[in-house]
Order: sequence, then C-alpha cells, then structure tokens
Amino acid sequence: MAEEAQKEKSMILQKEMISSLFSDLSRAKELGKKVCYTFIPGNLSELIRTFDMLPVYPEINALQSAMRKKSAAYIKEAERNAHSEDVCTYVKCDVGMLMKGNLGPTGEKIPDPDVLLLSYTGCFTFLKWFETLKREYPDAKVIMVHTPYQENGEMTPEMTEYMVKQFKEEVIPQMEEVTGIKYDEAKLQRHLVLSAEAEDLINKIFQTTKHKPSPIDAYFAGVYYIGPINIGFRGTQQAVDYYKELYSEIQERIRLGLGPITPEGEMKEEKYRLVVEGPPNWTSFREFWKIFYDIGAVIVASSYTKVGGVYDLGWRHDPERPLEALAEYCMNCYTNMNLPQRIDLLKKCIVDYEADGYVTNSIKSCNSFSAGQLGMMREIEDSLEVPVGFIESDLVDPRYFSYSNIKNRLESYFQMLDQRKKMELEEV
Amino acid sequence: MKKYYLGIDLGSTTSKAVIIDEKDVIIGRGITNTRANYKVAADIARDEAVYDARFTLLANKLKTEIDSKPEFKRYMEDIKNIFKYRQFKRRMDSLEVKLKETASAFTYENKDAIVAELAKIIEIIRPQIRNEFVNENLGSKNQFFRDIVSERYNAELEKVDKALFEPLILTFDKSITPIENEMVQFNFKELVDESMKTLEEKYEGLVDQPEEENKEDWYYAELNAVKNNYKFVESSLKEHIEVIADEDIQISNMVGTGYGRALLPFPEDCIKSEILCHAFGAHAVFPNTRTVLDIGGQDTKAIQVDSHGLVTSFHMNDRCAAGCGRYLGYIADEFGISLNELGPEAMKADKETTICSTCTVFAGAEVKELLHNGEKRPNILAGLHKAIIQRAMSLIARSGGVRDEFTFTGGVARNQAVIKYVKQMVTESYGEVTMNIHTDSIFMGALGGAMFARRNIDIDLPEKKKKTASKEMPKIGKEKAKI
Repeated sequence: MAEEAQKEKSMILQKEMISSLFSDLSRAKELGKKVCYTFIPGNLSELIRTFDMLPVYPEINALQSAMRKKSAAYIKEAERNAHSEDVCTYVKCDVGMLMKGNLGPTGEKIPDPDVLLLSYTGCFTFLKWFETLKREYPDAKVIMVHTPYQENGEMTPEMTEYMVKQFKEEVIPQMEEVTGIKYDEAKLQRHLVLSAEAEDLINKIFQTTKHKPSPIDAYFAGVYYIGPINIGFRGTQQAVDYYKELYSEIQERIRLGLGPITPEGEMKEEKYRLVVEGPPNWTSFREFWKIFYDIGAVIVASSYTKVGGVYDLGWRHDPERPLEALAEYCMNCYTNMNLPQRIDLLKKCIVDYEADGYVTNSIKSCNSFSAGQLGMMREIEDSLEVPVGFIESDLVDPRYFSYSNIKNRLESYFQMLDQRKKMELEEV
Repeated sequence: MKKYYLGIDLGSTTSKAVIIDEKDVIIGRGITNTRANYKVAADIARDEAVYDARFTLLANKLKTEIDSKPEFKRYMEDIKNIFKYRQFKRRMDSLEVKLKETASAFTYENKDAIVAELAKIIEIIRPQIRNEFVNENLGSKNQFFRDIVSERYNAELEKVDKALFEPLILTFDKSITPIENEMVQFNFKELVDESMKTLEEKYEGLVDQPEEENKEDWYYAELNAVKNNYKFVESSLKEHIEVIADEDIQISNMVGTGYGRALLPFPEDCIKSEILCHAFGAHAVFPNTRTVLDIGGQDTKAIQVDSHGLVTSFHMNDRCAAGCGRYLGYIADEFGISLNELGPEAMKADKETTICSTCTVFAGAEVKELLHNGEKRPNILAGLHKAIIQRAMSLIARSGGVRDEFTFTGGVARNQAVIKYVKQMVTESYGEVTMNIHTDSIFMGALGGAMFARRNIDIDLPEKKKKTASKEMPKIGKEKAKI
C-alpha cells in the first residue's frame, strides 16, 4: 500500500500543477498576465516566465482532447471549414477546438493569445499552424525564431550565435513590448538553475529503466512524466519538487523489485523490453498501451519523450550562458537532430537499457517524425541485429486507429521476439 | 500409434487445414471458403484434411499398384473426385429443402410461380453439377460449395421472367448462408461406398470414345484400363478401406493461424501469428529462403527470415487491402468471370493497361470505363495484375528488399499472371535471385502451423531441424526457378 500512496502523491502534484495553470489561464486578464501560445519542441519556457507570461501549448490541447474523446468532433469541425483530410491532425483538432469555443481540458476557456511564439521551425506545419492562428487572432504578435537544423550532426558556435542574435534583436524586444516588462537576465538565470535541476532529475528517472524489471514504462507512463517539464513548469521549483517526488517513488519501486504501473495495476512479468520511436496514438491510448502490458512488454526508452529536450547525452541549460543555453535547447530537441544522430541515440538506448526489440509507430500526418523512420529502422536492425517492428496510426484522428490491424501486427512481432529469445537462451 | 499434427490457417477468403505426420510430411490438405461462422469454416477445412489424409494412407497401401497400373492411378483420382461430389450432394439436399422452405414462406402474389420456377432451376442444375463432378473432374478444381451452386443458379436466373428474378435471388441469398454455416457430419466409409457405386455406374456407362486430338495417349490408356479392370481395383480397395476408414487420425497437437485465428476455439498457446507460420512453412519447404512474399485475401506480407527460419522483420499493408487477393476477387466479379480464369486471361495480353491500385472499388469503375473505351480485356487484366505486384514490391522494399532465395506463397501465387509480374519486377529491382513457388503455396501458413504444433509450439532449433525437417521435406510438388 505504501507505494500506492506514494504513487498518488506525484500524480496529485502533477494534477494540481496542471489545473493551476489552466485556472490561471482562464483568469489571465484578471491576473494581468499576457498569454503566449507556443509549441513543445524548442519551447522557451524560462523566457516566457521571465516575462511573466502564461504558456498555452496547442498540440498538448489537441492530445488532451483526443484522450477525452473530443478530437473527432473538433477535426470534423476543422474539415467543415476547409481543412483538408491530409493536414496534421493536431492542427485540425486545435482549430476545431478554437471554433467550438476553445475550452481546455479542465473545461475552462483558454484565453486568446497575445503572442504566438514559434521557437522551433523544424516542423514546417508549425509555421502554417500559426499562420492560421494569426488569421483567427489578428491582434496577436507573431514572434518567430529560425532554428537551424543539425544538418551536420552538431551545434556550431555560429549556429548558436545566429539564434542568440534573433533572441536579442527580435524575441526579447517584442516580448518587452507586449508585456511592458523589462528583460531581466538575472531572473532568467534563476529559472535556468531550476531547469537544469529538473533536467538532471528527469534524466535519472528515465535511466531507472536499466533495472530489471524496469520500474517504469518510459513511453506510456513516460508521456505523463514529461508533462511538467514540457508544459511550462521547467524552470520552476514546482517542477523540481515533482521530479524529486517521482524519483523517490520510483526508487521505492526498485527497492521492492516492482515493475511498472499500468491502468490495470502493476505489470506482473516483464517479458520484453522495447525501445519505441514515434509518438503514441492518443485517441486509443489505453487500448494501445494494453496490447503491450497484457503481453508483458515494457518500453525502456522512447524517442517521443525526448521531443521536449534530449538530456541523455549530458546537455543541460547553463545559467552562466543564458541566451546561448536557450539557443542550444531549441536546436537540441529530438526532431532537430539529423538522422544519424537519432540513430546513434536510439542505438545507445537499445544497448544501455538492454532492449529486446525496437518498434516504430509511424504517424501518417506527422512529417517531423515520420520522415526517415524506415531508414532509421533498417540501420538499427542491421547494425544491432535487433528485431524491429513497424506499425502505423495517427495522433488524434480516431478514424486512423485500426485496433485489430495494430494488434495483429504487434502480436506477430511479440511472437517473433519470443522465438528469438528462446533461441538465444538455447545458444547460451 | 502414429501421431499427426494439424495446422489451420483461417484466412479472410479461404480457410486451410494441413495434417502432417511425425516427419513433417503433409498427408492431408483441406480448404474451404471462410464464412460468417469461423468455427464451421475451420471444422470443414479440418474434416477435408482428415478425409484427404485417409486417401493418402489408402494410396500409400496401394502404392505398388498405383505406380505400375494405370487403372489404379485413374481410379484413385476419380474416387477422390466423386467423394467430393457425395459431400456436395448431401449439402445440396439440405440447400434444396431450405430453398423450397424459403420460397414457400414468401407472401408475394406470384409465390406459386416462384416456387415452380425454383423447382425447375433445381431440376436443371442438379444433374448439371453431377455431370461436372462425375465426368469433368469438378472436384479437383478447388471450387467451394457456395461458388459451385451460385454460379449455376445465377446462370439459370438470367433466363427467368423479370418478375421472378428478384424473389429468386432473395431465395438463394436467404438460404445459402444458414446452410453454409451449418456443420454436416459425414461418415467416410459410407461416402466411399457411395462413391464406388457412382463410379461403377460411370465406368459401366462408358462406351469407346472416339479419340480427341488434344488428349494425350496416356489419357485413353488409363481410361481403357480402368474401364476394363475397375472391378478388380474396387476389390483391392475394399480390402483396405475398412482399416483406413477406422484408422484413428490422432491429432496430437494443433495450431491455428491466420486473420481469424483469435476467433478459433483453440487454447491461447495454440494460436500463432500467420507471419511466423508462413515464414516457417516456406522456410521448411525451401530451406534457403531469406525473403517470403505472401499475398493473401486481405494482407500482403513481406517477411525476412534468417537461416533458421526465424522471422527477423516483416511488413504488412496498412489501412487498405487494395492490391491483395480480394482485389482480384472483386475484379473477377466485375468481369463476370471466375477467379481461376483471371490469370490465363491476363496472360493473353499484348500490353499492360495502367490502372490505379490505391482503391479496389475505384479500380472497378476504371475497368468499366476502359472497357467502354474499347480497351482489350486481357490488357486490362494484365494491368490489374501488375498493379497488385507494384504494391507488393513497395512492401518488400519497406521490409528490407529481396534476399536470395525468395519464396512466394499465398493463394494468389497460383495465378500465372501474378507469377509473371513478380518474377519480372523482382528481377528488375533486385537482379537475379532464386525464386521458389510451391504448388501448395496456399497451404504454407497451415503447414507452418502444423509444424509448430509438432514442435509443441516451441521454436524449432537449428540442431533439431537438421535432424528432421530438412531431411524429410513435405512430399509435394515444387517449382524452383532461377530468374
């Protein structure tokens, strides 16, 4: 029972944080706070906080809508308003939600944006998304930062300098103008100290999957764990406290030799350890997860939990170089890494966490993720000789989740892993 | 007692069953169309495989005679065919009752005319089908009860009065489904006895036929031999039939696979993915297989296997089944020809018409348009066959390409036009590889299942396999081609 109570504590903390954010958002005017819409990859949470703004993440709203089974209606609304069937379903879900009154996950209205901050340009859809929102909110100020792609697999001083210049000349002056608040570098630095602390903690949390059995699922539960650090709490004491609590709960699970918690209780037997590439499906999240935990498959690492920042390789926000740190942060998100870098990172995960297999969930309407996935999979399969699996679904459009097809493929994949494991055992 | 193992592959179009012995040799095969009641489909396929197994055992006992005497060879072929007719007849009896019952229950004003017309149709098609079975080997053509009856019934419907057309269609539709989903128990011995009687009638009635030019000499040699000696063959057969009919075909273990596997009333550990079964079956028959392409009713699978027959990766079509076997079925319907005629017709083409393969239904509309514009039927069919293979090639590429040797399985692998384009496109993209196609390609999944069953579902380790499987390949025809 002890771990149940502890488990609840981190969940309660997270729930409180999220509801306080949405409550503040619904009272933004009252509180005299400006509202900044931005995206998770390359999100400048600390800078937004430095200017006392409240963040809104349209793609988080979209996935929350999907989990609350509202995305189908929102997407239909967007399509009725001439958004094509092929458009990214996050966009359509967000646009539909806006058209239906912009009520957030807590049922409170999400305020209109004062700023549309696009700090990651690796996803072309993001640009178009904010172009659409700009038409809906003509008074909002659009601030755009061009984030150079790590084409050569590195962040050069020139690239950092190029971004810092944009922060100094474009972003900061415009934020000052919107908020009427003067840029305070010391304040930003204080946030960055706390960011680095939370980043250390989340990195340690995701490394606990090295244990056998793994105490957590780094994908299906991982998407909850990355919540606070990604949706505006990075750089706050609240985030640090949450991750400390979560880490200690996980430590307790390790001490007791427990496996991950699933919606149907604790996973009893860890049969397969997997690394997953690609976002999950949100409309049938539980059913999707269940296919894995029913068979005893635990995800020991996933690329999706790195979209808001890659901390595995030692990079942290450096308070001593505040704007350079923000620049590097934007450039260092998972989808801004080139394919060889991503392959290396995934291979490192497979080796470090002793994974038995590698599964790609390809999202048809997401170019950022899907481009190159097959090539990456081939490379990983060839170099590590690890069994690979490939399934396809969608982010938030329930029409594109075919349960029986996905289950059929995953069942075949698990049986393939099973064969392989028995074979290896025999060889030993 | 000998042990046997059963594999059932419940596909979206057909259900297949294979029985193997302790040396992985196939002794029985059964196939039927998949229907609403999966259990019935699986049971029918299994029963057919058991009957087939009994015939195999019988043939083994008479091996010396069959090898040396043409009348034995001919008689064995004929009796299997007639045996199928006797099963067909039982089902047809039930269908006839059901059809009449359905029509009598109508409240149409012209009910009497409907009932009368129905009786007339039945009277025409029953002897027609009997003749096709007894004299034209319909039983060897792998056609299913539903297809056989509906083809003849529909042909007669074309001739009836307009006012009767709709009600008679309805009569058939309402009657066939319950009959098809009903399990009929047959007694092997009884059916064999009946078959022998039918054969007696057939052989007695044979008069010396004038020789046709397109028939080989051996055809008449066999025919004349059986005509003169059937009584002797019959008595030899009777010596063994009691034993064979009573032999307990003890199924020691079984594995279910295929699209409908989860619905089979099998214990959980007896259900296996079709990916693994197809790969295992294909690899057992062709041990150098590294890439398997299986085109089934609604799934196309590209599977990569290692030297032990273990799957290393696979890719399946997603979202849409255009380009799978059902696509061909739909197209055959559009042309009003049977599935078996598609391939030969496409082989007559002088070029391939370009046809979109993204949607089966749209392809149907495209076909109509092309026909209307005067495009030749074989060319359109060739284009359709090519379109399917283009989709399959894309899946193969996604799964990692073709590695030597390449084995092609699934129901579609019997279609000559499909084989032609697979060979052509594999060679174009991957150069010369050895391509294996088994005459029993449609049974590969069921064979893999049976082989897993024999191994108690555990994987077959290479050491074990060397001692058993690779030495005793299933004794069935193979086609191996260097392309």
